[in-house]
Amino acid sequence: MHHLTIMREYIFYFLAIVSVLSGLLVVFSRNPIHSVLYLVVCFFSIAGHYLLLNAQFLAVVHVIIYAGAIMVLFLFVIMLLNLNKESEPHKPIIVKFVSVISGGLLALVLIAAMSNIDPIAGSHPSLHNVGMVDQLGKVLFKEYLLPFEISSVLFLSAMVGVVLISKKES
Amino acid sequence: MIALEVIDITSNPVNKYVYLSIILFSIGVMGVLIRRNAIIILMCVELMLNAANLLLVAFSAYNGDAEGQIVVFFVIVVAAAEVAVGLALLISIYRNISSTDINLLNRMKG
Repeated sequence: MHHLTIMREYIFYFLAIVSVLSGLLVVFSRNPIHSVLYLVVCFFSIAGHYLLLNAQFLAVVHVIIYAGAIMVLFLFVIMLLNLNKESEPHKPIIVKFVSVISGGLLALVLIAAMSNIDPIAGSHPSLHNVGMVDQLGKVLFKEYLLPFEISSVLFLSAMVGVVLISKKES
Repeated sequence: MIALEVIDITSNPVNKYVYLSIILFSIGVMGVLIRRNAIIILMCVELMLNAANLLLVAFSAYNGDAEGQIVVFFVIVVAAAEVAVGLALLISIYRNISSTDINLLNRMKG
């Protein structure tokens, strides 16, 4: 049991390093297609975090929707607009430097604010199975049925809007 | 193989997930500030949304409360619709100015 605990810690650190590194590469890579591919790697590592947190349903949904649908849409648009390394606009180096400083400061302030708290003082994190498909499905289709149905209306209106916006004016 | 049995999550305290989410969110903010390509900026917004999702899932798992994961599900739904509309807007902008550089998009300036 003890070595399983240590293994889960190692898996967490591995996934955390992968997600942070690929997130940084999304921001700093010159070619937009490389950015998209690194973002896919980042999303897969976040799906791994969901598995580690017993959220199996969300892990699968995350991979299918983000890595499968949204990133393909990004890749498709980048290829459609023929963006590459040469057409990539750049900000001046001083703006980049200031942006990195301010992003780092934001992280520093948030970490300092969160370092002294105990977020779940009252609860006992044990073997919860709320992330399984059967448990989540019961909650989703009993208590959240109306928002679930409304989200289908949202998708329909988004689809109509996309067709209207991207149609060529004749 | 996806683990189908419930695993013990107490080996990683929830504070670690808080720090990881903060770092991912800050990387997203940094990307929005650094890049000028509107598509990359949209991708960095997705990264920030995912940092918030990770935090919601972590707290939901540690509290044994399913509602956090339901919220994450709806965030994913709204993000999918948002990306579709945003990319359609970008294509329509690209037709007009032949670029996705946000510094060229200042024509609404008064």
